[in-house]
This record gives sequence, C-alpha cells and structure tokens, in this order.
Amino acid sequence: MNSTVLLSALLATPDSGSQGFDLGKMMAIIIASIFVNNFVLARFLGICPFLGVSKELDSAVGMGAAVIFVMTLATLGSWAAYNLLLVPMGLTYLSTIAFILIIASLVQLVEMILQKFSPALYSALGIFLPLITTNCAILGVAVLNIDEKYSLGYSLINAIAAGIGFTLALILMAGLRQRLELADVPPAMKGKPVAFLVAGIMSIAFLGFAGLGG
Amino acid sequence: MSLLKDLTKGIYRENPVFRLVLGMCPFLAVTTSVENALGMGAAATFVLICSNFLVSLFRNIIPSKVRIPCYIVIIATFVTLVDMVMNAYLPDLHRSLGIFIPLIVVNCIILGRAEGFANRNPVLNSVADAIGMGIGFTMAMVVLASFRELLGNGTLLNINVLGAAYQNQPLLIAILAPGAFILLSFILGFFNILEKRKGGRQ
Repeated sequence: MNSTVLLSALLATPDSGSQGFDLGKMMAIIIASIFVNNFVLARFLGICPFLGVSKELDSAVGMGAAVIFVMTLATLGSWAAYNLLLVPMGLTYLSTIAFILIIASLVQLVEMILQKFSPALYSALGIFLPLITTNCAILGVAVLNIDEKYSLGYSLINAIAAGIGFTLALILMAGLRQRLELADVPPAMKGKPVAFLVAGIMSIAFLGFAGLGG
Repeated sequence: MSLLKDLTKGIYRENPVFRLVLGMCPFLAVTTSVENALGMGAAATFVLICSNFLVSLFRNIIPSKVRIPCYIVIIATFVTLVDMVMNAYLPDLHRSLGIFIPLIVVNCIILGRAEGFANRNPVLNSVADAIGMGIGFTMAMVVLASFRELLGNGTLLNINVLGAAYQNQPLLIAILAPGAFILLSFILGFFNILEKRKGGRQ
C-alpha cells in the first residue's frame, strides 16, 4: 500500500462519502486559508489579538503558536461534537452554544495540562491562552468547517492553514509596528489609527493573492 | 438621572467602537452596506439587552468563580435565538451576515458589558447601559457602512445617490476588505482630533 492510499484512507471519513480525499482540493484549501481568504486581512476574524499582541515580534510568535494549537484541537472537538452528537440527536441548532463551551473548556484543559507536563511551553504560551477563548477566529474556523461540510481531514487542514494565515499576518504586523515606533506619525494618527492604516495596506497586498488557487 | 447617563454614555463618551475600540471583527466585516450594518446592529443590541438584563438579575446568585462561563452560556443562548429568528424571517440578511451571526457570542462588547457593568449594577441601569451601547455600536457601524457603500457602490440603503456614471467606475476598494481598515483608520484619527480640540478649549 503506497503512502497516498494510506493517507487518503486516513483522511476520508465515512460521512464524507463521494468526496473522498484529493490532493488538489487539499492544496486549494491551504492556499485559500493562508493567503486568499486570510483570516485577519480578508475575513476580519481575530482582529482584537491582531491589534493587541502585535506590538512585539516575540509575543506575536507566541500568540500565533497558541492559536494554531488551540484551533486544531477546537476543530477536532467541534467536528466530533457536531457529527457524532448533535447531528444524530437532531440538535444542530445548539451548535453555537456547544462550540463555545468546547472551546472554553478546551482552553482551560490545555492550560492545565501544559502547566503540569510542559512548564517551559506553558510559560511561553501561558498569558496568551486565556485570551484565546474570546478570539473569534477559533469559533470562526469551527463554524466555517461545518458550513463548508468538510470531512474531518479537510477540517483539520483548514484549521492549521487558517492558524498559519493568522500567524503570518500577526508576525508581518509586528515587524511593521516595530518600524512604526521610529516613524514620524501625525499625532492624531498615533497608535490604533495608524495600525489600521498599515493593516489596510497589507490587506491590499493580500488582495493580490485573489485568483490563486481559486 | 443616572439612568439617563447610563443610557447616553454609550453613544458618544464611551462609544464602544470609536472610543474603546471593541467589537472590531463584526464591525469591519459587515459594514459593506448600510442594510447589513443595521441588521447586525439590531441583532447585537438585542443580545446585549437580554444578556445585560439576565446577568444583572442573577448577579447575586452566580458564583464569581464560574461567572464567565455563565455569561457565555447566557449570551450564546440569545445568539442562537437571533440566529433562528433571522433565518426564518429575514433569510437574505441572514445569508449576507453569514458567519458573523454565531460570532456575536465572542463579540467583546457584549461580554465586556456583562463583566464590566451588568455584573455590579441594578437591572434598570444595566438595560439602559445595554440600549446605549447597542445604539452606539449600531451608529458607528452605520457611519462606516455609509462611507463604504457610497464610495464603493454609489448607493445608500440600495438607493442610487451618486448616479449611474459613478456606478460604472466606483471606488471599488472601499467595499473590499482594505477599504474597511483604511476608512476606519481615518475615522479614528478624526475622533482623536475632535478630542484634542475639546481638551484644548477646556
């Protein structure tokens, strides 16, 4: 059995039916989530941490790692809850409540586990974890995966790619804002206004990716 | 008197968007047209009023250790309600707001008001605060949406304002994602100037 067959057997879940698994679609999802529909700059998800944690490069990297980590776990949890629990019981209208509870308890759980088993990682991600519960990108990716009716494999790929897209935007922004500290900005535009202006210009740059992987 | 003050402070003095810079995600995403902005504003205001009412009513019963999960469940319940009602009666609006309806749950304004105000104030004041904040949020969205719809499409509330000639070659970028960031940055800058003028006069 070659590795592609193994991979597709692993990634295609029973309910995805005819969808199966195909590499082209996987690439399309990855490119779309990182660049074309970048979560921050094109979909406006996760703007609060994007502005709040982008003042220094180090904290941007930490936040990005924490988001990718929780996003993947949250997708796994919400996908399982939706397809194995809510759909069979006919309770799909409860999905919003279920997802937010899963995310909140997951963040708590991850925090506790990290504190116990990996203090180094905990102190690196520590302060960012509680902030993540109210990061709309996490709930956003869970809802989007359900809306797009992705199988578990595609959902996880989409979540990781979305997290990478978020991290990319955050790191670019942090680099730019460190430069901005030295720039001569008009007093009225200092702080948030100029940060939004920079985000707007970055967003124009990301518009250039439209048409890629379409 | 303080009731009136609680009602009006959200509109300008503590405007959640322009002064406190909260609730940015839905604010930037749904302001592509005034109609969407009004729909989102109405939905968020409804959730805000209901959650502030309940949180304030139960503020002495909810143990402070688990208060945040309790608030989130209260908010999520009303969001689900709005989601279902809007899907049934306003399907077009529901479709254009899309994912941002369930995302009202994680709107920082709503959790922020529950934690920062309803948590320690009587029911009537909390409802007044919610109405004020809701109006402030809606107004802010309508301001940005008017600019974006007018510049990007030449219309206001789907009524043609700038004429067919403009519509052939509108400033398309205003309605795309970058337009939201750039216009908001200028609006925030304008408010900073306004505030400085006011401070100078005093």
